[in-house]
Amino acid sequence: MNRTVLAVAAIAIGVTAVGAQSDPIAARKELMKGIGAQTKTGGGMAKGEVPYDQSKAQAIFASYIDAASKAPGLFPPTSKSGGDTAALPAIWENKADFEAKFAKLGADAKEAQAKVKDADSFKTVFPELTKDCGSCHQTYRAKKS
Amino acid sequence: MLRKLFTLAVILAVTGLAVFWLVTIPATVPASALGARAPDLANGKEMFFAGGCTSCHATPGQDDKTQLGGGLGLKSPFGTFYVPNISPDQNDGIGQWSEADFVTAMTKGTSPDGRHYFPAFPYTSYQKMRTEDVRDLFAHLKTLPAVQGRVRDHDVHFPFNIRRTLGGWKFLFLDGKPFQPDASKSAQWNRGAYLVNGPGHCAECHSPRNILGGIVEQQRFAGGPNPEGEGWVPNITQQALKDYSDKDIAYLLETGNTPDGDSVGGAMVPVIRNTSQLTAEDRAAIAVYIKSLPPVEGPKKPEKK
Repeated sequence: MNRTVLAVAAIAIGVTAVGAQSDPIAARKELMKGIGAQTKTGGGMAKGEVPYDQSKAQAIFASYIDAASKAPGLFPPTSKSGGDTAALPAIWENKADFEAKFAKLGADAKEAQAKVKDADSFKTVFPELTKDCGSCHQTYRAKKS
Repeated sequence: MLRKLFTLAVILAVTGLAVFWLVTIPATVPASALGARAPDLANGKEMFFAGGCTSCHATPGQDDKTQLGGGLGLKSPFGTFYVPNISPDQNDGIGQWSEADFVTAMTKGTSPDGRHYFPAFPYTSYQKMRTEDVRDLFAHLKTLPAVQGRVRDHDVHFPFNIRRTLGGWKFLFLDGKPFQPDASKSAQWNRGAYLVNGPGHCAECHSPRNILGGIVEQQRFAGGPNPEGEGWVPNITQQALKDYSDKDIAYLLETGNTPDGDSVGGAMVPVIRNTSQLTAEDRAAIAVYIKSLPPVEGPKKPEKK
C-alpha cells in the first residue's frame, strides 16, 4: 500500500515537473501571478487599507524566496517567444545579471523575514523590497498589450 | 508675361524664405529678465526629482544618479539622440552656463550658442515651469559632481538634422505659454497639474505622437506605442485607471507597485526612482491630478496573440 502511494506520488511529481518543463512560459507566468497576488496583499497592508497581519507578511516573503529559487529555471533558451510572453531577448543576452537579480530578491526577502516584526517595520521594509521587482522588469520585461 | 511670372515667383520665394527665417529664429531669455534672487536649494532638489533629469542624463552603466555625464542613446523614429553632459564640468558640461542660458534652454529649447534643441529634450513641458523653479534647479545642478567627457553628436537623418527646421517644429508644437492654474480647482490639484505638465513631463511618453513627432493633443495622456521600441506606454486617463484610487497612484509613484500587485517596468522604473524621492505631499498632488483626467480612448493596441 505504502509503496503504491509512493509510486503514484513519484509519478505525479514527475508529471508536474515535465509539465513545467514543456511549457515554461505558462509556468513562469503562473509563478509571477502568484507573487503578484502576494504583493497585492502586501500593498494593501503597506497602504493601511487592510489591517496588518504578521503571518500574511511572512507568507509574502516566503513566496518571494520560493519564486526567486524557481524562476531562473523557467527561462530556458527555447522559451524566448510564444505564449504572449513579455520576456525580452535581453534576458538571454545577460543571463548572469538576470539570475543575479533573482538571487538578490531571494536574499532581500530572507532579510525581510528576519527584520519585519510589526506593521511599522513592514511599511519600511516591504516597499524597499519590492524595488527588486521593478529593477528586473525595467530591463527584462516589455508588456506588449 | 513670362517675366512677370518669374518675378512673382522670386518675390514669393524670397518672402517665403524671409518668413521661414523669422519664424525659425531661436528664442532666448535675456539675463536682464532675471532679477536678483537667492536660490532655494531644497526646491531645486524637488524640481530635480520632479523633472527626472537623471533618467536621461545620468552616465549609463554606473549607479550614482547624480553623475550627469550624459551619453545615453535615445532611439526614436527620427534617429538616435545622444543625451548631453549637464554636469557642472567647465568644459564638457554646463559649468560655464549663465542662469539665463539655462532658463533659455529649459523654456525656449535654445542652446547657449543659439541653436534649437531637438524636442527629445522635453522643453515643450519644461517651458511650463515657473522661472524661479528653473533657477532653483540650476542652482541644484551646480552642486552635483562635475563629470568630464563630451558626448558625441546626435545621429539623426535628413531633413531633421538641419537644426533650423526645428524652428518650424517649435512654431507648431511649442506654445510658449507658462502653466495656467485653474481657479475652480483646489491648490492641491493645481500643484499636481503643474508638476505633471511642467517638470514631470508625463505626457511626453504617455501620449501618442503624430508623424512630425508632436503630441496628439486630443489624446494627451492616453498612451501609445513605446517611442523607444518594444512595448506599450499605458493610458493614464480614467479610461484605464478607473480602478486606481488617488492613494493607489501615490503609492505607485512611491514604490512602483500597482494595485493588482504587479510592478511597473521599462522606462517607468527610473521615473519611480525619482518620484519616490519627492515629498509625500507632491506625490499626493500628482495623484489627485492624474485621478481627475477624463477618460480618453488611446490608439489601438496590437492584438493579443
